[in-house]
Amino acid sequence: MGSVGAKEVPELLNAEGRRIDGRRLDELRQIAMKVGPLTRADGSAFVEWGENKVMAAVYGPREVHPRHLMQTAKAIVQCRYNMAAFSVDERKRPGQDRRSQEISKVITEAFESVIFTEEFPKTSIDIYIEVLQANAGTRCAGLVAASLALADAGIPMADLVASVAVGKVAGRIALDLKKEEDNFGDADMPLALVPQSGRLVLIQMEGHMTQDELRQALDLGVKGCRDIYEKMRQALRSRYDVPAGSAAPEVAA
Amino acid sequence: MSEVVAAEIQTTHIIDLARSGHRLDGRGIDEWRPVKVEPGYIKSADGSALVHIGHTTVLCGVKLEIGKPFPDTPNAGVLTTNAELIALSSPTFEPGPPQPEAIELSRVVDRSIRAAETIDLTKLCVTPAEKCWTCFVDIHCLDHAGNLIDAAQLAALGALTHATMPAKRFGVGEHDFPLEVNHFPVECTFVRLGDKIVADPTFEEEAAGQGRLTVATDEARNVVAMQKGKIGAFSPDEVVETVERAFRHGDRLRSLARGT
Repeated sequence: MGSVGAKEVPELLNAEGRRIDGRRLDELRQIAMKVGPLTRADGSAFVEWGENKVMAAVYGPREVHPRHLMQTAKAIVQCRYNMAAFSVDERKRPGQDRRSQEISKVITEAFESVIFTEEFPKTSIDIYIEVLQANAGTRCAGLVAASLALADAGIPMADLVASVAVGKVAGRIALDLKKEEDNFGDADMPLALVPQSGRLVLIQMEGHMTQDELRQALDLGVKGCRDIYEKMRQALRSRYDVPAGSAAPEVAA
Repeated sequence: MSEVVAAEIQTTHIIDLARSGHRLDGRGIDEWRPVKVEPGYIKSADGSALVHIGHTTVLCGVKLEIGKPFPDTPNAGVLTTNAELIALSSPTFEPGPPQPEAIELSRVVDRSIRAAETIDLTKLCVTPAEKCWTCFVDIHCLDHAGNLIDAAQLAALGALTHATMPAKRFGVGEHDFPLEVNHFPVECTFVRLGDKIVADPTFEEEAAGQGRLTVATDEARNVVAMQKGKIGAFSPDEVVETVERAFRHGDRLRSLARGT
């Protein structure tokens, strides 16, 4: 999308059904997750996802700033998604543009859907997501990093939130678009899933999809989220040195 | 604390009602409030529409001016959408820089119009890299009684559909002519109330809602944009059903915006 006036459209899908970086339609990019890289934050995580590099930190529950946002019956969640000036090809003006503010809002709402905010009245849980290098799918990578950082900070939640974008590339539904596919593709749909309930807490979409394609994209996206979820659990296990295969703690309903 | 308790009592009541298929204002789960589109409401605008959805009132004015194309799109005109949640429309809105709610509103409206290729921006180019039409879509919320997204989007579509290019005023033509509108996207918004997903939420239902889902469809039966908002979650099956409902409602809203 946004390809008005664009010069040349690269070949997004070759005759063998391989994408611009050699992936199949249902294949994720390489993902590496590290939990707890920061020393001062209450929880943190770093995610390298394809050519994205995203750091997230969580502070709190702590005193609310500004005070008038305080709620008597629950904690507030404040998430700030920010892109570094050097994270994109053409320098981005520092600070919160409208895109960042919208993304911050939908990510905040996704997390407020799973965090047990009523356990910490009159406090704030602050989530900072810094995109250091961007190559499409930064809000999903940010959500995954923030989810791990929340777990690292010991914030009680119904579940980890897993996220991935699905889209339409050269007329086919594809998982985890990279930059060229996002720029020259036909549709993009970032999703975030609460794996244990099977429900989506973030849904955005832009482009063109028929009802059948949308159904297919939702199925592929949910499957992708479940794969990401497994990687997230592994990352947490290796941080806290729990051997894989030992029983995961049951999450209360 | 008392407001919290009062709000919680109302929320519980609204959700209890929904469970038995009822709503505070007597509507059915899938029923819309009366929708009215008045195009050409503002004479000083190049296109405008006043939209009522029940008590919700939104005004959109389109202004077309000659400007310069963006360096990365030298062959295209410019479309910008801005929504103002002005303080007169709700006790919860304050003057000042746009809050996240207003930013989300403008971006969700903008996304539907852009993704549906409503306006062919290359046709707004006058001289590549030098001169083009800039289309300002300004949305003013006048009375916030719920479901601002759909009202704002319908107002924007209505204003664009009836807009005139002021070519004479800018010395780029002998005669003014209608802005060419190629597609007609409309947005339909739903909120979850317990196990029910209701269409066209009121202010109170939005406050009680456990997740909001907006679906934009076009006349060629494409989904062109979606946005989930507020705290809450939807299963993939619920998303598919909601999209189906958005198609059902969409055609009626489309013909209201087009005046056909």
